[in-house]
Amino acid sequence: MSTPFYVSPEQLMRDRADFARKGISRGRALVSLQFADGIVFASENPSAALHKVSEIYDRIAFAAVGRYNEFENLRIAGVRLADMRGYAYDRRDVTGRGLANAYAQTLGTIFSSGGEKPYEVELFVGEIGDSAADDQLYRLTYDGQVVDEHGFAAIGGAAEAVGGYLKERYTEGASLEDAIKLAVAALGHTDTDDREIAAKDLEVAVLDRNRTQPRKFRRIRPATLVEILGAVSGTAELEDAKPAAAEKSAAEETATEDSAEKSGEKSADEAPLAPPADDDDGEPPIAPPVD
Amino acid sequence: MSESRIPAAFMTPGTSSFADFLTAQSPDLLPGSVQGGSANLGDIAPHGTTIVAATFPGGVIIAGDRRATQGNLIAERDMRKVYPADEYSAVGIAGSAGLAIELVKLFQTELEHYEKIEGTTLSIEGKASRLSALIRSNLPMAMQGLVVVPLFVGFDPDTGSGRIYGYDPTGGRYEQTSYSGVGSGSLFAKGSLKKLYREDLDEATLVAVLIQALYDAADDDSATGGPDLSRKLFPIVHVITADGGRTLPDAEVGAVAEAVITGRLQRPDGPIAELEGGQ
Repeated sequence: MSTPFYVSPEQLMRDRADFARKGISRGRALVSLQFADGIVFASENPSAALHKVSEIYDRIAFAAVGRYNEFENLRIAGVRLADMRGYAYDRRDVTGRGLANAYAQTLGTIFSSGGEKPYEVELFVGEIGDSAADDQLYRLTYDGQVVDEHGFAAIGGAAEAVGGYLKERYTEGASLEDAIKLAVAALGHTDTDDREIAAKDLEVAVLDRNRTQPRKFRRIRPATLVEILGAVSGTAELEDAKPAAAEKSAAEETATEDSAEKSGEKSADEAPLAPPADDDDGEPPIAPPVD
Repeated sequence: MSESRIPAAFMTPGTSSFADFLTAQSPDLLPGSVQGGSANLGDIAPHGTTIVAATFPGGVIIAGDRRATQGNLIAERDMRKVYPADEYSAVGIAGSAGLAIELVKLFQTELEHYEKIEGTTLSIEGKASRLSALIRSNLPMAMQGLVVVPLFVGFDPDTGSGRIYGYDPTGGRYEQTSYSGVGSGSLFAKGSLKKLYREDLDEATLVAVLIQALYDAADDDSATGGPDLSRKLFPIVHVITADGGRTLPDAEVGAVAEAVITGRLQRPDGPIAELEGGQ
């Protein structure tokens, strides 16, 4: 017979939170930015098939970091919820707020129940309205907290460094190109140096209110990314038989270099996450997509 | 989405079919889930009638009249019977109107759901098969007279051409070449198409040919509505090519319909097909 022992609720919750944070911080950051025509999501993701950013419904997108099988479960649940509701009622009755609440309840219940391992995920639910003022961006943490973000936000490992970088440079009403450039520069930023991320290692998608179709979600293809990013992805594209793209890019290269020293001071107090624990090769183990 | 925790079924890995999920979770939401006894229900709801479709190089066009009838009455003059299913496919419906519209809505959700879950679209055959399954599930209703018979068209990126699939009430699926029709007036429409259709027609000419066919159907079938000039109600015409699908604006279809009617004022039976030997 095992000996009964007492663990204070505070300790229990702290342990569970530490566990979840640790898992999340192993992955890379994902950023979400509002721009003039909608919301852009960007992350470093070498896999072309396993997505971190996805369409949920007409104007609603989902983006997540952490354990793939767990956020994939949440994504599928979201698609099912949205489609079920849109089918039973009307397409207009599917809202980002409703979805964010459902996720929050689910994550919160899992986190505080003793029986289940907490989810090691953090996610965005974004919804665009008819104008930038109507756009909504919710950030959800592993314990079911919902934060209504404005303008920009970052999740995942290195979220503070990336978020700090964005905070310095974010402007409202930017063009899509500028928003993507900023997002990618932010993803490559760490406290010690700035990296260039190759276009093929990026996953970028937008909710674009200028799309004529009712479904506003759109992935930005690598070729388009190369065009937009120019300098940032230029060197990596050299090996991809696209010398022309690399050449024109050299001029812009200095734009992102002055950032390293600025972010250090602001990261400590607002950190929702522990700093990355391991070396940065580490996505959590990736499962194949469920059937 | 006001429930608290998302129910387990939503988070269980499994099907990427929305219809299957609905069958398991909320069968009450399926079209035709209400069993109506053994009476023949054929006359309790409006019926949609004639849909025609034909391919042209690089695409396919589907067109439907606007009339729905209930017994000997005209129930609707402006019913829509042609719906885009997704960007590259569309479905026209004949038969029991209410059920058919529900079925189309389920089919649209099904395709979109699959696309979102899987991150890729179904093949054209895959789409046609899913529609088969949905029709088959309506078989009990069909036995009571509430038959739904769609015509499915789509652009096939693998072949770069338009495809047409016809169905029977049991879900049997038959690929059609060149042109097809469904509904009570389709007999006449197909006869008309047989004489006017050529494989190399361009898009604009094919639209005119399909409207001629619908006119012929309306001419001989009381359940099919012709172009209604006084109310400005014209057939719904949906064109699908490699660039995606678009429903032609009323003004565009109206102009063609008026030209067809003007022609019929001179020659009530319509354009004459050439006889063998070119006379």
